[in-house]
Amino acid sequence: MNLPLEHTALAVVGAGPAGLCAAVEAARSGVPVVVLDENERAGGQLFKQVHRFFGSRRHGAGKRGYEIADDLIAECLRAGVDIRLGSSVIAFFPEGELMVDGPGGVYLVRPQAVVIATGASEKTIAFPGWTLPGIMGAGAAQTLVNVHGVLPGKRVLIAGAGNVGLIVSYQLLQAGADVVGIVEASHGVSGYEVHLDRVRREGVPIYPGHRIISARGRDGLEAVVVKDLRGGRTVLFEADSLCMAVGMSPMAELAAMRGCRMVFREELGGFLPWHDEKMRAGLQGVYVAGDAAGVEEASVAMEEGRMSGISAAEEMGSMKKRQAAARRAAVSRRLADLRRGPYGEARMAAKCSLYCA
Amino acid sequence: MDLRVGRHAVLGEMEGGKLVTIYVDGVPLKAREGEPIAAALYAHGIRTTRYSPRLGEPRGPFCMIGRCTECAMTVDGEPNVRTCMTAVRDGMRVDTPGRPGE
Ligand SMILES: Cc1cc2nc3c(=O)[nH]c(=O)nc-3n(C[C@H](O)[C@H](O)[C@H](O)COP(=O)(O)OP(=O)(O)OC[C@H]3O[C@@H](n4cnc5c(N)ncnc54)[C@H](O)[C@@H]3O)c2cc1C
Ligand code: FES
Repeated sequence: MNLPLEHTALAVVGAGPAGLCAAVEAARSGVPVVVLDENERAGGQLFKQVHRFFGSRRHGAGKRGYEIADDLIAECLRAGVDIRLGSSVIAFFPEGELMVDGPGGVYLVRPQAVVIATGASEKTIAFPGWTLPGIMGAGAAQTLVNVHGVLPGKRVLIAGAGNVGLIVSYQLLQAGADVVGIVEASHGVSGYEVHLDRVRREGVPIYPGHRIISARGRDGLEAVVVKDLRGGRTVLFEADSLCMAVGMSPMAELAAMRGCRMVFREELGGFLPWHDEKMRAGLQGVYVAGDAAGVEEASVAMEEGRMSGISAAEEMGSMKKRQAAARRAAVSRRLADLRRGPYGEARMAAKCSLYCA
Repeated sequence: MDLRVGRHAVLGEMEGGKLVTIYVDGVPLKAREGEPIAAALYAHGIRTTRYSPRLGEPRGPFCMIGRCTECAMTVDGEPNVRTCMTAVRDGMRVDTPGRPGE
């Protein structure tokens, strides 16, 4: 089979915040960049998010996710980045070629360097009835509501009281669904106070220390049986939708296929490609960034993206060593600022365990 | 059942695309041009996209980003099409694989 072959300097896989920031950094220093994303829209998770972000002004705090995405896309286009949508990268061969399934068919790209910024996928938990229609990932529900304007159901139960569970609950309320409760197996709520307050104010009951036992329904979800882990009492929720917000894991199959070493870090969502502080994944010309390099948050993804873009530009000779070092130092400082608080510190420690001497 | 969001608190009116007709197991259904098939089905309260081949259990969209393949249906005769990633087209035929009595 003879597929069309294209050469390029830098190929970025994934047009989420990480990929777009990598592309901007490299393109501004003169590297020709192609960004490939299988979606019809650039922005990754950002364009599904209608809430205002937290963090520093620099990372778009106060803006809504899709607004941050629009700014990044505009920056990329100004820097001359070639963003190709509807383009799935279906292979990354050990020889360094990418196989792309694009609108015009399948082709190969041979880049000098690749940034893998493919994001994360949602985890789930299994219980009797977990395959019933009406049960979906919270991110899936978010896509349905915020992108397609369709509710996942009228009465929604949320599993998981982390940030994603809380935010999706609020977004479902905004769209007119009835959120009948948020169940959480651990005894505390790990999401931010602000998100928690918003759902509380809307009167959504939160059930820490409760575990899902089973889901019932004939042709689709009708009810969810939940057990109170302290008292042992069971509670029945009538619901036509159950959204699972029980964590995400890095999606970095392409790195594994290329031959990168995969390591397991619970705090970062599971298996991820080993990488150093410069976001180099241990093989010549291979970089990772964002959730694919460990699940954190959008602001971290942006900084890691910048880091990988700077490193790639330096190694391709488009950025001077000293300039690259100075820029990386600034990014490192901002990353350290972002990885604060009990969860941030745990993630920082997990990252550090990869490369700190 | 209608699960469409009319007015959204942040996004405003969510009217979007002109209406087209698709045929789901032969039954005509209104959909909005450009939306994925799975979203159009959900909007009408249709949550089952296929039946599992061995046990005949109903399955429905789970990830909405083309990863889990639970939403795979037969579209215009082509099997295993991920309906969360495929936009509706006027006159499209969408069939539920493994439907009892099929
Ligand atoms: C409900 C929710 C609320 C959130 N709220 C916040 C918040 O308030 N603040 C915050 O900082 N963070 C928040 N986040 C987290 C943030 O959205 C993510 O951490 C961030 O989007 C990760 O960026 P990324 O670029 O690594 O990946 P993504 O944004 O996931 O982008 C990855 C991209 O890669 C593409 N892709 C994947 N595989 C391929 C392939 N093989 N070929 C081609 N393209 C591919 C995908 O289509 C996607 O566009 C939230 C997340 C969720 C789910
Ligand atoms: S819903 Fe998962 S692939 Fe379509």
